[in-house]
Amino acid sequence: MGDWIVVPIVLPAVMAALIVLAVRHDIVLQRVFSITATVALVGVTLSLVVFANGHDPEMYALSDWPAPFGIVLVLDRLSAMMVFLTSLLGLGVVLFASSEWDQRGKHFHALFQFQLMGVNGAFLTGDVFNLFVFFEVLLIASYGLMLHGAGAERLKAGMQYVVINLTGSALFLLGVGMIYSVTGTLNMADLAIQVANVAPGDAALLRAGALVLLLVFCVKAALVPIHFWLPGTYANAPAPVAALFAIMTKVGAYSVLRVYSLAFGDMAGDMSWLAQPYLLPAALITLVLGMTGVLAAKRLNGLIAFSVIGSMGTLLTAIALFTPESIAAGLYYLLHSTFSAAALFLIADLVVSRRGQYGDSLHTAPTFHQSGFMAVLFFAGAIAMAGMPPLSGFLGKLQILDAARGSDAMVWIWAIILVTSLMCIIGFGRAGSVLFWKSASVEGEITVEGAKWPVLPIVAACGMLSGLVALTAFAGPITDYLHGVAEQVFNTSGYIQAVLGENALALLGR
Amino acid sequence: MEFLVASSIGLLTMCGTYLLLRGRTFPVVIGLALISYAVNVFLFAMGRLTINMPPILRDGVTEYTDPLPQALVLTAIVISFGMTALIVVLSIRAYLEIGNDHVDGRPVGAPSEAGDKN
Repeated sequence: MGDWIVVPIVLPAVMAALIVLAVRHDIVLQRVFSITATVALVGVTLSLVVFANGHDPEMYALSDWPAPFGIVLVLDRLSAMMVFLTSLLGLGVVLFASSEWDQRGKHFHALFQFQLMGVNGAFLTGDVFNLFVFFEVLLIASYGLMLHGAGAERLKAGMQYVVINLTGSALFLLGVGMIYSVTGTLNMADLAIQVANVAPGDAALLRAGALVLLLVFCVKAALVPIHFWLPGTYANAPAPVAALFAIMTKVGAYSVLRVYSLAFGDMAGDMSWLAQPYLLPAALITLVLGMTGVLAAKRLNGLIAFSVIGSMGTLLTAIALFTPESIAAGLYYLLHSTFSAAALFLIADLVVSRRGQYGDSLHTAPTFHQSGFMAVLFFAGAIAMAGMPPLSGFLGKLQILDAARGSDAMVWIWAIILVTSLMCIIGFGRAGSVLFWKSASVEGEITVEGAKWPVLPIVAACGMLSGLVALTAFAGPITDYLHGVAEQVFNTSGYIQAVLGENALALLGR
Repeated sequence: MEFLVASSIGLLTMCGTYLLLRGRTFPVVIGLALISYAVNVFLFAMGRLTINMPPILRDGVTEYTDPLPQALVLTAIVISFGMTALIVVLSIRAYLEIGNDHVDGRPVGAPSEAGDKN
């Protein structure tokens, strides 16, 4: 299986170059190449998930340079799950975009494949500096996608998005520099060993570097107080891009989980669970703020963007507890919130494109084509996001509440998650009743040009929703798998031995 | 030398942060460039400051400078260079489309439109 680990990075990279060099003039060929590559990626990542489930973590050394000197990619259950999630989401997005969105600007499919490459790379890499490089790859592609088919509002939001992320990149380098100056390594597994052995005099510098890095990951994960870029960006991005960005916030959450459980986890001595005291309050405030935004939103896309912030708060609350149960619960919620956010953005675009001049403003308007069918889709997406039964959001939140039972902050976590769920239900309920129910009694009908039954977008939106249904229907096996994932996350010595060899742990406590 | 390098990094970061917080795109772009210079020098200094030493470890060489930060900083320079080019083009495009060069798209003193957004 060894060489297959690099395929989720190489396949989109080759495909992107091929699309931009060979078939840039032919939109049909671009679609064929892009969809075929994404389907192949789903197949490859699925086999990686199956492989990782039955094995210890496996390493792929780029150019065969041995760790810790070369860059390594590491496949374990967590990274396999994340690349599989990325490819499933990517398939939905590329199908949605292939009906019409990809013609509103140039090079959608090439940028899309580069984006997949960056996200997959960030999930697979076992090196902190390489993580920076893949962050940049996914960001550069996302700048292009964000501005796809431009327009004044989108340029304004895009400008702010680029500036905040460039500042984030500068901070990332500062953090990496500080960590390197103390430990002399950037390989995550080696870092875990060096952090445990760090001299007391250098501990403060290392701690500062690690916290700067946490700040950067929290920018990506849109955690308070650095969440402010997300509503503008997501609400103004093209719909398929906003749906794809559902995985970008998860890259931040994944990085927090990976770095702060491996290098600053159980073995780190004084610096054990360094992130926890900062992460938990920030995550809870994020949850409150996001769901308050859902109540206050005046545009449909803004409403969904704020619900994404809220769901990131829920996810990071679970991660911040750093127990095997909470991680398993958090990962279940991660799968759920990725699909539900993507589904909502796609459905919102179907609605907005039918409302013509009324766009996504939450005001009553005459009924539009397929209003009833859209209402059903929106209702399904909304109950998923709000965490109501029967869909998986309910199970995810239930597991998180259950995992928080032993925690000191249990009262806070329970109170905030339950109250914000109610706020989310009210916010989405109000939006839905304005868009579909109250609008039904308005005279007239909106007619817009275009296909009456755009097959691909509806298939994509329903595909995202069926992902949620599958998560609910197979909750048992998926939860079992996720407990295996969490167990492997906490078994850091397995990860270290996979990267540095069997004898690496002898270096601990020398 | 340590004092010189450290204070120049501090000065660059200070000016960069000030400019980054300005309301027009041009100072923001310059601020980002200054911060990326500061970060590059900082990253370079992370391998410790040594003068006239070979960056490659060979037999018989006991005094050397750490080559890894040099490789890292090269990557960082390439990325920040590309990013600066991108944001310059983006600012010009935004200026042409929106009609002014303010980061939130409206001149100072113009009525807030925050009320009807989102």
